[in-house]
Amino acid sequence: MWKDKAMRLLMVSAASTSVFLVVLIFFFLAKESAPFVLKPGLSALFDTQWIPVSFVRERYGILPLVTGSALVTGLSMLFTIPLSVLGAIYIAEIASPVEREFLKPFIELLASIPSVVLGFFGLMVLAPLIKSLFGLGTGLTALTGAFLLTLMAIPTVITLSEDAIMSVPRAYKDASQALGASDLQTIFQVIIPAALPGIIAAIMLGTGRVIGETMAVLMVTGNSALMTWSPLAPVRTMTATIAAEMGEVSFGSIHYQSLFWIGLVLLAVTFVLNIIAQRVLVRYGMMK
Amino acid sequence: MVETSLFPADTDHVITTRQVNFFYGETQALFDITMDIPGRRVTAFIGPSGCGKSTFLRIFNRMNDTITGTRMEGEVRINGEDIYHNSSNVVNLRRKVGMVFQKSNPFPKSIFDNVAYGPRIHGTHDRQQLAEIVEQSLIRSALWDEVKDRLETNALGLSGGQQQRLCIARALAVGPDILLMDEPASALDPKSTIRIEDLIGELRNDYTIVIVTHNMQQAARISDYTAFFYEGSLVEFNATKKIFTKPREKQTEDYITGRFG
Amino acid sequence: MNTRKEQIIYWLIRMVMYSIVLVIGYILFDIVWNGVPALSWEFISEYPRKGGAEGGILPAIVGTLALLVGTIAVSLPLGICSAIYLSEYAEQTRFTTMIRLAIITLAGVPSIVYGLFGLGLFVLLLNFGTSILAGCLTLACMVLPTIIVSSEEALRAVPRGYRDASLALGATKWETIRTNVLPYSLSGIITGSILGIGRAAGETAPILLTVAAFYLPRLPNSIFDQVMALPYHLYILATQHPEADKVLPLQYATALVLLLLVLGLSLGAIFIRIHFRKKYRW
Repeated sequence: MWKDKAMRLLMVSAASTSVFLVVLIFFFLAKESAPFVLKPGLSALFDTQWIPVSFVRERYGILPLVTGSALVTGLSMLFTIPLSVLGAIYIAEIASPVEREFLKPFIELLASIPSVVLGFFGLMVLAPLIKSLFGLGTGLTALTGAFLLTLMAIPTVITLSEDAIMSVPRAYKDASQALGASDLQTIFQVIIPAALPGIIAAIMLGTGRVIGETMAVLMVTGNSALMTWSPLAPVRTMTATIAAEMGEVSFGSIHYQSLFWIGLVLLAVTFVLNIIAQRVLVRYGMMK
Repeated sequence: MVETSLFPADTDHVITTRQVNFFYGETQALFDITMDIPGRRVTAFIGPSGCGKSTFLRIFNRMNDTITGTRMEGEVRINGEDIYHNSSNVVNLRRKVGMVFQKSNPFPKSIFDNVAYGPRIHGTHDRQQLAEIVEQSLIRSALWDEVKDRLETNALGLSGGQQQRLCIARALAVGPDILLMDEPASALDPKSTIRIEDLIGELRNDYTIVIVTHNMQQAARISDYTAFFYEGSLVEFNATKKIFTKPREKQTEDYITGRFG
Repeated sequence: MNTRKEQIIYWLIRMVMYSIVLVIGYILFDIVWNGVPALSWEFISEYPRKGGAEGGILPAIVGTLALLVGTIAVSLPLGICSAIYLSEYAEQTRFTTMIRLAIITLAGVPSIVYGLFGLGLFVLLLNFGTSILAGCLTLACMVLPTIIVSSEEALRAVPRGYRDASLALGATKWETIRTNVLPYSLSGIITGSILGIGRAAGETAPILLTVAAFYLPRLPNSIFDQVMALPYHLYILATQHPEADKVLPLQYATALVLLLLVLGLSLGAIFIRIHFRKKYRW
């Protein structure tokens, strides 16, 4: 029996690692960024400029980075939501069984294309296209990034939305059709409203992925840290800033700390999105 | 209620329970059950579904321990040993108390490996010895002639009735004294059911058998004693003949006559 | 029941779906079409020369494979054990809820944040330096939630009857898991894990700060060495190389190799699943 107890202990400790890791990640980011938050003071946090390397005065306002992330994410979700929800409806309700067998793995295929490969594709094909389409000086814009991010969010949102649609009890559909509703009426007036909490959760999880995506946006959004709301302007996201600058900072400097601060903000945002999405799923009994 | 005089004087009571209460979370499933189950006889538990008969059966090999949030009160002794005492070893208990489940559940392994599973985990690894145990167990469960040429094939290829007899062989291979059967024939066709009942008849002289069944004809056919449960209580326990001809309790009579039509 | 108007709407939805398919198809086509001509035995078997402008990508392939093996070695045992706890031992307690919450949180952490974490903890604090070890540990943290979730699903798919039968025969809980739960769920565990780990092979952000070398035309000697890695190499060639246009064929070929590696892993996982499905049916 001692062996049984030992194995149990092993499994408990393994499972505890996850909790330990989460605490460690939060702790670490907080620890490394704390001096930055405390030293330059709150005014630096609300500075509107990000000039971490300067001969005159370094400025660490992450606002332009936040708006950069928000712009790219917002644009991307504008495309992702209709495309994914319609795609999920198609796979769950309209496609023939043979089509389903083909479409589902295909969507999963998209999810497994590495983000750097998508970024490369964006650089080679999408950016020149956007440049000539809008007559811009450069194709590296927020819009370019948003397109790529849409491709990355689509698999997540389609798959989870489809799960939500499939989990709507068959009886709802039967009842609606028995009342004389057409298939399309049934889909839009019965099935989608019933699946809505799951779809919303799917969208939130997709948003979380998009905000945290790094390589593709780093490669195609132009990386200029200016506050702008124009889709056709180059922007710089929080993730891209960390990836681009961390390689060059000296460890322990204010710049280094400020990058951890950005990481902490990112972590907090995705954490909140995740938790709310889970709450929605649990609340409406859609948790698997 | 229960009178010990219902057993012949030389009967040894293999399983004895005193004031057993059982809870699933807050819900009480068994109420104050006290009974003595005689050795080397077939005892049947009958009653409507949800009456607690299966729960009570699973108390004897502590299978309820595997369900979280359950709680047991009272005393259960097997061969005089308090099986819920802190020092009691559940592994040894289950070697002595075999169980056959409602849904046949052979492992997705070969027929041989299924029967040899128990002996192996209890430390027998000698191939020759295992082969003997497997053969004996399959002979006892009346399956040997049907499978002796294909012991290495997957057990899931057997028919439902064969699978259930394999599960009985698997239980016998560990060398138990007591066999608990939880509606062992409820998922089988009538012909396979008869074979299982015949098998129980052959095993009755060597094992203490407790069988839960919802089929009253079956209880009447194969058991020596019958206990009627209703809503978690033991209503009546008596020789099977008496239960089915002259039940003492009104509830028993209603249940039996209701079913017999 | 379907009117003409409804037919049109159906076709619109169908068009949306298939335009997504078309875009995916075009991306794959573009990479393959432009990558294949530049692909050669020399390319995958030789060291790079002149800062990556000539020669092959052998060190990057080896580096990515080394990271893959290391990540599996760390994350698989940990993930499977966690899943066993959740599926076989865990009761509905606060502790279990906490673990599940932690797994969900880990699954949502952005990959660049894992990179920061790995840099701060493994590279600097534990002083592993920019090394294979630090990179593998970072990637392992990232894939852990995927492995746990898919393994738990595979374990739960094993019918309860097997556990009951084994316990009733006097097997201890661990014996039951080892002999009658794990073997039957192994295919599902492996499939899910490979799919998760395959994604790690294509990730750049976590290795950017913890292991990847810009240009290192030799093979690693120990786990404390830096390595080149395919995704990072592609990133460098595409964005940082002074003559990015000149090395365009090499970029496409690198992208193709990376894509083949990741998709190959996924396909391998699917084959494993089909093979084992035949073996265990219930």
